[in-house]
Amino acid sequence: MLAVRGLSKAFGQKQVLDSVDLDLAEGESLVVIGGSGTGKSVLLRCILGLEVPDAGEILWRGRPLAQHRADFMDDFGMLFQNAALFDSLPVWRNVAFRLLRHMPKARARAIAIEKLARVGLGPEVADLYPAELSGGMRKRAGLARAIAADPRVIFFDEPTTGLDPIRAAAINALIRSIVDETGATAITITHDMSSVRAIADRVALLDRGRLRWQGPVSEIDRAGDDYLRDFIAGRARPMARVPAS
Amino acid sequence: MNPIRLTGRAAISLTRMTGRVAIFAARGLARVGQHPSELVRQIMQIGWLSLPVVGLTALFTGAALALQIHSGGERFQAGDVVPAIVAIGMARELGPVLGGLMVAARVASAIAAELGTMRVTEQIDALVTLSTDPVGWLVSPRLWAAILCLPLLVGVGDIIGIMGGWLIGVNALGFNSAIYLANSWAYLEGWDVVSGLLKGAAFGLIVALSGCWFGMTASGGASGVGRATTNAVVAASVGILAANFALTGLFF
Repeated sequence: MLAVRGLSKAFGQKQVLDSVDLDLAEGESLVVIGGSGTGKSVLLRCILGLEVPDAGEILWRGRPLAQHRADFMDDFGMLFQNAALFDSLPVWRNVAFRLLRHMPKARARAIAIEKLARVGLGPEVADLYPAELSGGMRKRAGLARAIAADPRVIFFDEPTTGLDPIRAAAINALIRSIVDETGATAITITHDMSSVRAIADRVALLDRGRLRWQGPVSEIDRAGDDYLRDFIAGRARPMARVPAS
Repeated sequence: MNPIRLTGRAAISLTRMTGRVAIFAARGLARVGQHPSELVRQIMQIGWLSLPVVGLTALFTGAALALQIHSGGERFQAGDVVPAIVAIGMARELGPVLGGLMVAARVASAIAAELGTMRVTEQIDALVTLSTDPVGWLVSPRLWAAILCLPLLVGVGDIIGIMGGWLIGVNALGFNSAIYLANSWAYLEGWDVVSGLLKGAAFGLIVALSGCWFGMTASGGASGVGRATTNAVVAASVGILAANFALTGLFF
């Protein structure tokens, strides 16, 4: 459904993505892992058109995404790292932001409240402003906004960052259940291994801009890659390493 | 480094920046009417809520101007020109310039801070993922609200400024109320007022454009938003004074 071919991006002298190839089947949940600064966020930003890649292309349903971005975006939802809710709008308007363009206000509000309930937030939250919510509630509201229009593709950017382990587990379970329920295709970027195990069908490891390992989540514990093993175990490594082969 | 090369590099950089800002402004202006509810909200924010500060500035400026002209005019027995000079000075110059500067301080900073915060907290990226053009949603309503509101604020400021001069003229300088008002109108020409209102529209564009540009291009967290806010106010203020000189030369 979504394919990345030879994607490269540099900022000045720093090569952030280096000929990355990825394939994502319809309904699959791919989790991209890697240390800080390994290009995970830039990969998502390139797919979304927020960054222009230096080389390579992104295909959506076999066609260049750049030429069909409007169609892609109409079928797309995203949970941002810090939720990125609009401060000036109440929660229900945030959730219903896309819906309000093509349906009456009352119906959009009803759907927003339904989606808030789906992520475990009551109707009393609907009229609050994002600044009045806790970090976990903001994340849930962001998730409700991401699924409000029943998208076929959803991106999750560091969904558990800043949450305690119990709230993080709840968000992970919520994401997995939403992906299963809706059959949406999902890409999650994280360095939280509990998210990987809860959300992923398949895992891709980025290391200094290159795809170092990819495979089914069931195989990550048996993988021979030493960096992946250290990443899973949370073992310290020397800062300067041999480049990925 | 070679000074000629440095000068050339600075000139290219300035030209590139000017081009980018011009394209940004053109895109913002071209998306007129896409989000009417946002335009109304910005008219309230930029126009209605700026009325007190513009009104007070005009009131004190008109009053001070009356005192100054009376004091200076007395040196050559021309104290009677106070009403006409206050009216012409407010309409042509002080109304638009001081109104523009006060709105720059209040509005350019607020726009840059709001959009800058949205930029560094990924809210602008979120708009893109929600199939919404950030320029159409955020920039265009602010540009048009400022362009529409500044002439109205200048018009109100002109009237309040003239009233400030009248208050001082009648209560402190011994003018007859009716004669003061009659003289204010007698020497004021239509173009004096219209040119001031046109200046107001241009200053509105400069104020909103500065706020939007520096806000939308902010980076680097809270300190980046602080820098964007400062730059927006400085650019808007200097832009207003430079544009005032150019427009005065053009109009008169």
